[in-house]
Amino acid sequence: MLKRLSVAMVGAVLLGSALAGCGGGDDSSSGSGSGSDDKIVLGFSQVGAESGWRTANTKSIQDSAKAAGIELKFADAQGKQENQISAIRSFITQKVDVIAFSPVVTSGWDAVLKEAKDANIPVILTDRSVDSQDTSLYVSFLGSDFVEEGKKAGQWLVDQYKGKTGTVNIVELQGTTGAAPAIDRQKGFADTIASDPNLKVVKSQTGDFTRAQGKTVMETFLQSTPKIDVLYAHNDDMGLGAIEAIEAAGKKPGTDIKIITVDAVKDGMTALSEGKINYIVECSPLLGPQLMDIVKQVKDGGTPEKRILTKETTFTQEQAKTELPNRQY
Amino acid sequence: MTIVKHRLFWPSVILVALLVVNIFTANQFITVRDGHLFGVLPDILRGSAPLLLVALGMTLVIATGGIDLSVGAVMAISGAVACLLIKDLSNQNSVGSVLLIMAIAIGASLVLGLWNGTLVAVVGIQPIIATLILMVAGRGVAQLVTDGQIINVQSSPYATIATGHFLAVPVAFLIAIAAVVLTVLLTRRTALGLLLESVGGSPTASRLAGIRSRRITIMVYVVSGGLAGLAGLIYSANIKSADSISAGNLIELDAILAVVIGGTALIGGRFSIAGTVIGAILIQALQVTVVAVGVPSKATLLFKAVIVVALCLSQSATFRQKVFGRFRPSRPAVPAEVPA
Repeated sequence: MLKRLSVAMVGAVLLGSALAGCGGGDDSSSGSGSGSDDKIVLGFSQVGAESGWRTANTKSIQDSAKAAGIELKFADAQGKQENQISAIRSFITQKVDVIAFSPVVTSGWDAVLKEAKDANIPVILTDRSVDSQDTSLYVSFLGSDFVEEGKKAGQWLVDQYKGKTGTVNIVELQGTTGAAPAIDRQKGFADTIASDPNLKVVKSQTGDFTRAQGKTVMETFLQSTPKIDVLYAHNDDMGLGAIEAIEAAGKKPGTDIKIITVDAVKDGMTALSEGKINYIVECSPLLGPQLMDIVKQVKDGGTPEKRILTKETTFTQEQAKTELPNRQY
Repeated sequence: MTIVKHRLFWPSVILVALLVVNIFTANQFITVRDGHLFGVLPDILRGSAPLLLVALGMTLVIATGGIDLSVGAVMAISGAVACLLIKDLSNQNSVGSVLLIMAIAIGASLVLGLWNGTLVAVVGIQPIIATLILMVAGRGVAQLVTDGQIINVQSSPYATIATGHFLAVPVAFLIAIAAVVLTVLLTRRTALGLLLESVGGSPTASRLAGIRSRRITIMVYVVSGGLAGLAGLIYSANIKSADSISAGNLIELDAILAVVIGGTALIGGRFSIAGTVIGAILIQALQVTVVAVGVPSKATLLFKAVIVVALCLSQSATFRQKVFGRFRPSRPAVPAEVPA
């Protein structure tokens, strides 16, 4: 029995490492090597393909690299830091011109970033940051400001209820507990609505960024709160789940309960244009063009801003109708 | 005194306690609106359906001394297959087509269960490893099916299995209860239950006694796969979309917990379907209560853990003896003298 178990374990380990191996390396699309001076070579390590948002992010980077005439070496880390570290090491060995990556986690990057610095290869962070004390390890961080997103959501609400009296009961669907977007979107929102004492968050609970949890938690909010005026969901998916719960309770989403969400993915924009959501703060994955600009700037010896925000906007129901046909993700 | 000693006494007490909390926190605990039941209690029963189905399959697997970690992945695949096919229908509201598609999705889940059963009973791989393979790979398959995207459907017959009502009762709960009743009849009114427990007790002895233990083992994994597939359909119908990343994520652990709360031994050889039903509804009630009483997100997991620990301790005879034993009239400390 024990022997059988150990054989199975070895099998499982081999299977696991084989799977990890698939994503760890670069896609080796280039045969020319990176020595050629005419074309900039960018090594990019992506988190994985965990959501539609991420898929759109990957596509934006691949498309804009092609458009900018930059040779892209793309590696998918499949959500594992060790894959990402080995991908960055392989970029260093190949002497790429610039390395960019979206860190899977925030900590543990100092050693490999030091190696890149010693090899004189500039590093750009995209979408997510690292917690390294030594900020000289990377040249720039391009990504959304989640606190700002929370503030935009809060500001819209403050404007909506300006000059009105009476308490406004808000319920909040938080993202995954401990995740940076969840913490920051909550903080930005809370700070902004503090300016109006009528605006009160009466219930706040995690919906794990998923539709099913968003729906379940909203069902209970509806059952356990006497009156809900506004729902603030940290992403579109939880908002979409909550809409199902609100409709099942015989209320009209967007009218009886005003809904604000963050992200602006296609499904969310559709609901916005149908009047089921009132306002969406965009968190754009389409940072490819901006990234390529920074890469060129760095290659030409320039020093970009340390913190660059993704170009993002907000959508009302009217704007959603115009924008919807152009949504790619 | 005997009722207190019944192994389902304490889980039932905690379940009732949670429901009582909800009577006070809820606007409506249970009422009739638009011709169907409405309120927290129907919400809990409806929400518990997927877990109930998965835990039911898990009970049978555990009764044979096995375990099925792949149920969450099977849920994801089943929902993904169904939504992908329904999305391409010219008329998504065609009841016949939707039923056929649901049958296809459950058929696929049965095949996945057969794969697990074959690995365990024919190839002889440890159940935890055999089902771990599908747990990891299955979610990948589901993401491949949906191309990593969330697939939306607008099919009212499909939505009915999760959010509809029949005779005022949520359809999802009726489906789960029908599965429970069928399983009880098959295991307790025929010799099947005895055979399951026999295989769980000792596969070798069962085989020598003339029981086809290999066939029984394969069967429980097939049933578990099929029930997980059904749970996946209800899960995806509830949100009218296939979310291959989060569908059934970590549900295997909740299912195992429900089974254990219900008094089924993890080593196999004994099972209680009634216990599993109470366990599954209890877990759902706990999740609803956490939100209803406004436990902060950061403390939610700790809160759940405290309840579960309290529950497990209350079920332990040794613990009860140590803590409550001293309050009872103690037996003479020294055994009565025996004449030499």
